[in-house]
Amino acid sequence: MPTFEAVRMAFATIWSQKLKSFFSLIGVLIGVTFLIAVVSIVQGMNVYMEEKFANTLVGLNTFQLRQRPGIQTGNVSREVSRAWRRRPRLSYADADYVLDRLSVPVTTARISNERLALAYGGKQAKDINLNATESAFFRIKKYNFSAGRPFTAQEVRSGVPVAVIGDLVAEKLFVGADPLGKQVVIGGLPYRVIGVVEKQGTLFGIPLDKFAVVPWTSPAQRLVNPINILDELSIQTADEPSMRAAMAEVEGIMRVRRQLKPSQASNFTLQTADGALDSWGKISAILFTALPGLVAISLVVGGIVIMNIMLMAVSERTREIGVRKALGAKRRDILAQFVVESTTLSVLGAALGVGFGILLAFVIKAVTPLPAAVAPWSIAVGVLLGVLVGVTAGVYPASQASKLDPITALRSE
Amino acid sequence: MTDAIIRVTDITRHYVMGAETIQALRGVSLEIRKNEYVALMGPSGSGKSTLMNMLGCLDTPTEGEYWLNGQEVSKLSDDALAHVRNKEIGFVFQTFNLLARATALANVELPLVYGGIAGKERKARAVEALTRVGLGNRMDHRPNELSGGQRQRVAIARALVNEPSILLADEPTGNLDSTTSEEIMALFANLHAQGQTVVMVTHEPDIAAHAARVVVMRDGKIESDRANTPMVIATPVAAPA
Repeated sequence: MPTFEAVRMAFATIWSQKLKSFFSLIGVLIGVTFLIAVVSIVQGMNVYMEEKFANTLVGLNTFQLRQRPGIQTGNVSREVSRAWRRRPRLSYADADYVLDRLSVPVTTARISNERLALAYGGKQAKDINLNATESAFFRIKKYNFSAGRPFTAQEVRSGVPVAVIGDLVAEKLFVGADPLGKQVVIGGLPYRVIGVVEKQGTLFGIPLDKFAVVPWTSPAQRLVNPINILDELSIQTADEPSMRAAMAEVEGIMRVRRQLKPSQASNFTLQTADGALDSWGKISAILFTALPGLVAISLVVGGIVIMNIMLMAVSERTREIGVRKALGAKRRDILAQFVVESTTLSVLGAALGVGFGILLAFVIKAVTPLPAAVAPWSIAVGVLLGVLVGVTAGVYPASQASKLDPITALRSE
Repeated sequence: MTDAIIRVTDITRHYVMGAETIQALRGVSLEIRKNEYVALMGPSGSGKSTLMNMLGCLDTPTEGEYWLNGQEVSKLSDDALAHVRNKEIGFVFQTFNLLARATALANVELPLVYGGIAGKERKARAVEALTRVGLGNRMDHRPNELSGGQRQRVAIARALVNEPSILLADEPTGNLDSTTSEEIMALFANLHAQGQTVVMVTHEPDIAAHAARVVVMRDGKIESDRANTPMVIATPVAAPA
């Protein structure tokens, strides 16, 4: 009997008892749903972490020289945190010292920041991240402008009070009106808005558009840090290897400047997106280690359910098997019929699981800040597992069926 | 003899049940020629069902030979027997044994599925067989939408669809009322008149009376084997389509 006939027969049987079939494939369905959904979310997170998170917070091929880590992932004990705070702060002189000696070509921006309020007219935007920096900042952050322009090196040199604001700040203060040329008040100081940065969206639900950028030489400098002190030196290189090289150089230069002995730990931090990515890598590794186990459990349960259903089907349909044998069905025809039936059942479960998994991934994407991206390989794996479970679960009941004696089978009730 | 479809020589069949050996057949020899209409009778335990299973290639003898349509089938493997059943035997059962989920047409197609006949030819042959038993207008009905007599007609169509050497009917009217039984017997008589070899197991003398030859079994042996003048002559029915 051709496989096509067996599949057609299997569909007819499954269709004739829809509810029972559905319940019997639910285990496989759940397993595959879980597989697709988790893989989608982890994949989505990977893409998100690598492309958005890392590049937004730090910048591509960029590292930061800081007193202490600015992005903290994982648990940091009180002691460690306190030790970080006791480190000497980074000065403009430190930055100059490093940049004078660095041989790798880089783009740099000295950045200090502070959270404060911006005001315009009667309106106020609170908790705005004010960056006092230089013009290369915009290049490193790869900001596009929805209106106006970044400030120039010339403006930085002369300390002109001009400000570039984030999309959310513009919306809050100007509510659709054109912000360009308007005077905003930053910590009591008047600034002229010259540019608005395109909407950056959110990161894990945190808006990325609540910021303002001013020249570090402008009057607001005394609001962000004590004189001559800065929060970070952001250093961008052309590519990954040159970033590694630059980091090694900066580390050496700073250790010389701080006069550290080889036995002493560095009292500064070189921060890359890697730190954040590393801890995400750990989380996703745990998920990917636990995933096969969890999926395997549901699939084993699903397989056992299907096997039981098939064993029941064999005993319920003993007479049918007898009739089929009397009409000329060979052992392998009966074997094929039941294996194909359990496989069809299982693959149907897997296919529904793929559907539900994708649906679940999109629902999660829609209602939570978690991203999701369906991985094509996970669909293939899901369907393959469906076939595997179906064949495995079907072989034993099918071989029982194929061994039935036609006379006995015909006599059964 | 050249036109013998069935030639059984000295067959025995023993069943071992625990310490006991049951001798269901104790040396049966029988020859059935092409286009014979034979009724196989006997009380229960006489061995008629065992002989029936043997003739239908569902079982093989412990000893003796069985030649079916020129082929020695008593030593064949299970799968080879399945092939012989598919090609040579058309079964009609007391309880019809139709697949409940399948339409009349799909039921009739089943032997052709196992015979490896596909597509249009399969459907055409099934339609033809159903038309032959007078059910050309009921092809898409499922067994539970058909009367007992119609179900048995579907079963007969299924038995005929592979053009078997013998039509083997086991109490074909056992589940039918007497009017319907007569209809089914008329159909058998018709098929016989068209050249079909028919072997029918029954314990009802008035059903056996339709056959041209009556073989009576007792205690695993043939007690009598006599010619019979069929009680009802087949009434001419419209020629098959």
